[in-house]
Amino acid sequence: MLLLSGCQWAVLDPKGPIGLQERSIIITATVLMLLVVGPVIALILIFAWRYRASNEKADYRPDWSHSNRIEAVVWLIPCFIIAALGVITWRSSHSLDPYRPLDSQVKPIRIDAVALDWKWLFIYPDEKVATVNQVAFPANVPVEFHITSATVMNAFFIPQLGSQIYAMAGMQTQLHLLANEPGTYQGLSSNYSGEGFSGMTFKAIALPRQGFAAWVAQVKAAHQTLGAEAYEQLARPSENNPVAYYSQVQPSLFADIVARKAVPLAVLGAGPAGPHIRVRALAGARTLQVSLLKDTGSPATRSN
Amino acid sequence: MLGKLTLSAIPYQNPIVMGAVAFMVLAVIAVLGAITVFGKWKYLWKEWLTSVDHKKIGAMYLILAGVMLLRGFADAVMMRAQQAMAYGPHSGYLPPEHFDQVFSAHGTIMIFFMAMPFMIGLMNCVLPLQIGARDVAFPFLNSLSLWLTVVGAMLVNISLAVGNFARTGWLAYPPLSELHFSPGVGVDYYIWALQISGLGTTLTGVNFIATILKMRAPGMTLMRMPVFTWTALCTNILIVAAFPVLTVSLALLTLDRYLGMHFFTNDLGGDPMMYINLIWIWGHPEVYILVLPAFGIFSEIIATFSGKRLFGYTSMVFATMAIALLSFVVWLHHFFTMGSGADVNAFFGITTMVIAVPTGVKIFNWLFTMYRGRVRFESPVLWTIGFMITFVIGGMSGVLLAVPPADFVLHNSLFLVAHFHNVIIGGVVFGAMAGLTYWFPKVFGFRLNETLGKAAFWCWLIGFYVAFMPLYVLGLMGATRRMDHYDNPAWQPLFVVAAIGAAIIFCGILLQLAQVVVSLAQRERARDLTGDPWGGRTLEWATSSPPPAYNFARVPVVRDRDAFWDMKQRGVDMKAPVYRPIHMPRNTGTGFVMAMVLGLAGFAMIWHIWWLAIGGVAAAGAALIRYAFDDDRDYYVEAEEVRRTEILRGRAQLRSV
Repeated sequence: MLLLSGCQWAVLDPKGPIGLQERSIIITATVLMLLVVGPVIALILIFAWRYRASNEKADYRPDWSHSNRIEAVVWLIPCFIIAALGVITWRSSHSLDPYRPLDSQVKPIRIDAVALDWKWLFIYPDEKVATVNQVAFPANVPVEFHITSATVMNAFFIPQLGSQIYAMAGMQTQLHLLANEPGTYQGLSSNYSGEGFSGMTFKAIALPRQGFAAWVAQVKAAHQTLGAEAYEQLARPSENNPVAYYSQVQPSLFADIVARKAVPLAVLGAGPAGPHIRVRALAGARTLQVSLLKDTGSPATRSN
Repeated sequence: MLGKLTLSAIPYQNPIVMGAVAFMVLAVIAVLGAITVFGKWKYLWKEWLTSVDHKKIGAMYLILAGVMLLRGFADAVMMRAQQAMAYGPHSGYLPPEHFDQVFSAHGTIMIFFMAMPFMIGLMNCVLPLQIGARDVAFPFLNSLSLWLTVVGAMLVNISLAVGNFARTGWLAYPPLSELHFSPGVGVDYYIWALQISGLGTTLTGVNFIATILKMRAPGMTLMRMPVFTWTALCTNILIVAAFPVLTVSLALLTLDRYLGMHFFTNDLGGDPMMYINLIWIWGHPEVYILVLPAFGIFSEIIATFSGKRLFGYTSMVFATMAIALLSFVVWLHHFFTMGSGADVNAFFGITTMVIAVPTGVKIFNWLFTMYRGRVRFESPVLWTIGFMITFVIGGMSGVLLAVPPADFVLHNSLFLVAHFHNVIIGGVVFGAMAGLTYWFPKVFGFRLNETLGKAAFWCWLIGFYVAFMPLYVLGLMGATRRMDHYDNPAWQPLFVVAAIGAAIIFCGILLQLAQVVVSLAQRERARDLTGDPWGGRTLEWATSSPPPAYNFARVPVVRDRDAFWDMKQRGVDMKAPVYRPIHMPRNTGTGFVMAMVLGLAGFAMIWHIWWLAIGGVAAAGAALIRYAFDDDRDYYVEAEEVRRTEILRGRAQLRSV
C-alpha cells in the first residue's frame, strides 16, 4: 500500500482547504470512535476466551443478568461519544456547507457545470467560453461552481478538492472549492447515470494565474462555438467524450438549461437507452469501437 | 394479443445471459423431473404448497432465501470479476448495459428476495413456538404472503430470459427510471416484482403483529417475551409503517411510466427528488427491518450458549424500540449531497448518530452476557462473535458517514459500498446463518454438520474481510460505485484482492451446500429426539423437533422470561394429564393460486398484455371471494391422535437419554 504514490489517496491527500478540513473531520471522528470500539473489540475476545466452557476456574453466575452500574456505564459512554460527534457535526455542517462562499480576500471565479449524457459541460460566464470534460481555474482563487443537469441525476466530484454535490435537472446546486496548489486533479460523476456513466470523468486543472490566462486564450482560439445548434448536438447521448473547447458560448445557455428551455426532449429523440454512439477510446491503440450505428443523425463529438 | 411481447424479447445473441438461462431452465426441469419420478406431486401439493403450517411456510421461505442467495451471489461474482479486469485498455467481459443490470439485480435480489425471506422465514419457523401459540393469527394470509414473495422472485428471474432487468440501481431513482431514459421492460419488471412481493411482506407484518399481541401463552406478559419476539414485533411494526410508502412511491412511478403522468419526471412539474425522499423514508426503516431480527437471534444464541440469562433485558427492549422509532427520522442521510442546507443536514446527521447509542448498548449487553458465563463455541456462537466484531467496525464507518462533511467526500464511493456490506453481511447475513444453524434442528428434526458449519463460517468471515476492506481503501482513493470500467491503474490490485475475497466467500457457500447434503445423508445420527439440543431457554425448545402440527399438546404456562429454562429448573411436566382435541386451520391452495394468477397479471402488466392483466386480477379476486365463503376452513386434531403422538415422542425422548 505504501508503494502507491500520494496522489492515489484522493480523499486522504487533499489539495484544498475544503478537502483538508474534511480529512481532519474523518480522522477526528475515527479516533473518537476508536476510543470505544477498540476496547470493545478487545473485550469481546477477552470475555469469549476467559468464559469459555472449558475454563472451569472462571466465575459462573447463571442468574446474574443485571447491574445498575454497568447499565449506567454502557448507556453513558456511547452518549458522550455521540454528544462530542454531534457538536462536530453541527459546526462542520455549517462551516463546510457547499453553498457557503469561502473566506477569502480574492474575488471568486464562477464556473457553471452541466451534466450531460455522458459528459460534463463547463461554461465560464465571465470568460464567455465553454469546455467539455476539462475544467481549469487559477490555484488559490475560490471557485464558485453552479451545477445542474440536462439529463438524469449525476454528482459533481473532484475528490482531492473536497465536497461533491448532486447535479439535478431543472435545479441548480452550488459548490465552493479552492485548490491550494497547481495540479491536475481527477474529476468524475459519482452518481450512476446510465450506460456511459463510467466514462463521465474529467480533469480539473488548477493553474498559476498566468497559466490560467494562457489556458483561456487557448480555449478562445478554438474553432468551435457553442450556439443553440452545437449544444443540441452535444446534448445527445455519447460516451467517453474527449476534451472539447468552445471559443464562444451563448450567454443564456446555463440559465436556459436550468429553466429546461435549452433543448426539448422531443428534439433529442430517443433517450440514452435508445440507439447512440459508443466510443471507447482504448489507451495506446486509438480504436473506435462504434456500436448501434442506427442513429446516423448524431455524429460522435470528437475534436482531437 | 401479446402486447409488447415477441420472440425478440429473448436475448439469444448474449451467450452469458443464455448460459444462465439454460442453467436455470435445466435446474427447474431437474426439480420438476425428480418430483415426477418419485411421484411426489400429490405430497408436494397436499403437504407443502397448500400448507398453512407456519413451520412449513418458514421452511419454504428459507429455501427461497437460499436459492436467491445463490442467484444474487452469482451477480456479485460477475461484478467483482468485471471490476478486477476492466481497467485502462481492458474493457472486461461485460458491456455496460449488462453490467448495469447485474448490479441492479444483485441489490434487488439480496435485499428483497434473500435477506427479507430469510428473516421472515426464521420468524415463521420460531415465533409462534416462542410465544407458545399453535400457529400465526392468520394462517391463510401467511400462505398468501409466502407465495406472493415467491412470485416476486420468479418475476425477477424471468427477466433474465424474457426481456431484461432494470439498469437503474436497486432503488430505481428517477428520472433514470422514467420512460424517457429507461424505455424497456426492465424497470417494469422491477416495479411489479416489488409490488407483488411487497404486498406479501405487508400482510406478513399485519399477521405477526396480531400474532405477537394476541396469541401469547398465558403468563407471557410483554416484558416476559423472548428478545427475538420483541425484535420481531418491532420489525413488523416497521414493515406495516414503512412498506405502504414503498408501495405508493412505486405506484406513482408506475403512473408516470404507464399513463404519462409527471410525478417524478424532469419536466412539467415533476420532482425526481421527491421519489428519492419517499424511497428512503421506506428504505432506512427497511435496513432495520432486516437487522432487528438478527439482533434478536444473537440475543437468544448468546444467552443459550453462555448458559446464562441475557444481560440487561429491559435495556435491550428499550434499545430495540428506540432504534425502531429513530429509523424513521434519519432518511435524509442517504442524500446529504442533494444540497438541503446546513441545518437540515446537521439535524439528520445527528439523529443518525443517536441510533449508535441504543445499538452500542446492545453490543455491551451481549458482551456482559458472556461475562461470568460458560461460553460453548459451537457454530452459532462463532457467527455471533464474528458479528459483534464485524458489526462494530461497520457501525463505526456508518457513524463516520453520518457526519455530513465526511459524507461529502465518501458518498456513493466504494467506502459506502463497503460500509453497508459490512453491516448487512456482518449483521443480517451472519444473523441469518446463526439463526439457521441454531433453529435448524427444531424445524427439521436433526442437527447440521458442525465441522462443515465451522469451516463455512471461517470462509465467510475471512472472505468478507478480504472482499470489503479493499473497498474501504478504494473509496478513500476516490473510486465511486457502479463503474463498469476505470482508468486508474492503482485501483486494480485492490479490485483483484476484493475478487479473491468473493472467491473465499464462495468457498463458504459451497461448504454450506455440502453441509446441507451431508447432514441430510447422516440425519439419523444427528436426530434431535430431546427437542432441546442446545440447552435452550425459551419455549420453542419445550416441544419436540420437529414439532407436531399443533406445536404444544398442552399450552405452556409462563412464569419467567426464560420460560423453558424456568420450567426445567422447576421440573414442570409438559405432558398433559388429559388430552383434549386441538382446533387447527385446514390447508388451502387459495394463497398459492392467488399468488400465481397475480404473478401472471404482473407479467402481463410488464408486457402490456392488458386482457391478461385484468383476467389475472379478476381470477385472484374470485379465488379470494370463494375462500371467504368457504366454511370448511378448520378441523380438530382428535384427543386420541394427540395422545398417540405425545406417547411416541415420550418414548423417543427416553431412548435418547
